[in-house]
Amino acid sequence: MSPADRGFAAVVYLGSSLFAILIIGLFVELVLGSWPSIVKFGPAFIFSSSWDPINSKFGALPMIYGTVVTSLIAIILASFIGIMAAVFLSDFAPRWLGQPLSFLIELLAAVPSVVYGLWGLFVLSPFVRTAVGPALQKVFGWTPLFSGPIYGVGLLTAGIILALMIVPTVTAISRDVIAAIPRDLREASMALGTTKWETAIRVVLPAARIGIFGACILALGRALGETIAVTMVIGNRPEISASLFAPSYTLASVIANEFTEATTNIYISALIELGLILFFVSMIVNGLARVMIWSVRGSERT
Amino acid sequence: MNRDLSTRGLGRRRAMGSLGTGLALFCATLAAAALLAILGYVVVQGIGAINWSFLTQLPHPVGVPGGGVGNGILGSLIIIGTATLMAVPIGLLTGIYLALFGRGPVPEALRFLSDVLSGVPSIAIGLFAYAVLVAPLKHFSAFSASFGFMMLMLPLLVRTSEQAIRSVPQTVREGALALGMSNFRATVSIVLPTAMPAIITALLLAIARVTGETAPLLFTAFGSQFWESNPGNPMAELSLQVFTYAISPYPSWQSQAWGGALLLIVAVFVLSLGARLFLRRAMQGSGT
Repeated sequence: MSPADRGFAAVVYLGSSLFAILIIGLFVELVLGSWPSIVKFGPAFIFSSSWDPINSKFGALPMIYGTVVTSLIAIILASFIGIMAAVFLSDFAPRWLGQPLSFLIELLAAVPSVVYGLWGLFVLSPFVRTAVGPALQKVFGWTPLFSGPIYGVGLLTAGIILALMIVPTVTAISRDVIAAIPRDLREASMALGTTKWETAIRVVLPAARIGIFGACILALGRALGETIAVTMVIGNRPEISASLFAPSYTLASVIANEFTEATTNIYISALIELGLILFFVSMIVNGLARVMIWSVRGSERT
Repeated sequence: MNRDLSTRGLGRRRAMGSLGTGLALFCATLAAAALLAILGYVVVQGIGAINWSFLTQLPHPVGVPGGGVGNGILGSLIIIGTATLMAVPIGLLTGIYLALFGRGPVPEALRFLSDVLSGVPSIAIGLFAYAVLVAPLKHFSAFSASFGFMMLMLPLLVRTSEQAIRSVPQTVREGALALGMSNFRATVSIVLPTAMPAIITALLLAIARVTGETAPLLFTAFGSQFWESNPGNPMAELSLQVFTYAISPYPSWQSQAWGGALLLIVAVFVLSLGARLFLRRAMQGSGT
């Protein structure tokens, strides 16, 4: 090897080692930062529902509950709308309609989180308070899910905002997966006399199910870690209530909301431990999604 | 007999088909309409707030009319610019490494780490930047925000530059080597320029992503009421200002939040559309 080549290889190794160190450092720092909290509270941290900074008692359960519930609302809404939209875009839409619709839905993914939050705070949450909430309460008010006062900000509003934010992910990946289903399959089905809709729902969707499921899980991963928009519309209260109208907290939003106000070391450490939990959960969810999407698209990395 | 079965209820099946197609159309339109609703609202509310002094002045205290987000715009440029300057060399070098030396357990582990990083929520990356650059120095700084943004940009840069370099035909590379070029020269003057359009597209998308990012700034850049250009100090940033103004109880600040939101949306859309156009032109340009 020439000196230039040796130097080149050295620089390349240096750059990529730096990249590796950064990622490992991220993990190590999160663990180190959480350590005082891990030592003090142990596994009970995850199951305790008291979040009381004044008395230095910290438990993650209300935030885990808020994160799970908002993400579930989001994924239920977004997977239905997103998959239906993908079916329409791939199998039914004429070109003149499909292209602009795809374009608009993809732009939805580019809207900054803080803008979603602003819109959620001033447009969606009054709408939930005055229209959506009362309507739901009228029909389903007998269940604990839709009982109690409607503040506008809360689990439901946060879930709807998250749904909007992740619909583009579900739609774009599902559309690609559906488009990758061989034409033969559709033709074989149509030749048996099915309608186009029956082919799309009973033949194409089942064939694409693993990839679509992967798209939904990937979107779920985004919803779990989303911070600013949720912080603005969830009401920020560390309580567990059955009602979807109640204010709550998520793992990410409590960090965003309280980190700069945290004065004691154990408080900061407890917040970092919430970040560590979030890190692990996102890692598992994203890993799962990738494996599923690869298995359909081949080894092409997404 | 068979025909009999399949035509029985055909009318109902066709009706189901129309109904289903209608539902699918409705869902696609609903998602697109949500974008238009958000966009329309931001434009209507924001356009009134935007004028020359909004773009160039410092924020005024509550109760004093006027004032702007000039320092936030400057801060965004400095923070994102610094992040880009750090992310490009690390991302590109890692991409080159994975593309050229990329077989075996070490590169596989690196790819895995990169995939993990791309899924880490930005707030957790903010905590990392805080732990490394804010806590030890005991004060917030724009540089710590740039560091966090760099981490957010890296996975996309690494992945795209690896793929772009890989997709340069082996024959092109071998041709360069056969002419007596060193590995280094062949990579820098032949392979990289060919891969550049895809890499620049990814860079634009990565910049767009961090332009819309707020969460890690809360405890890194922190915000400031002054003109600040020293990366070692706390600094204002546009999306952070939008957040602060939005959750404030003052109507005059809230209206400035809409103005800032409009600026953010325009910036992010220009970057995303730019990336799209650039990629299209680049693909037509290579057109082979």
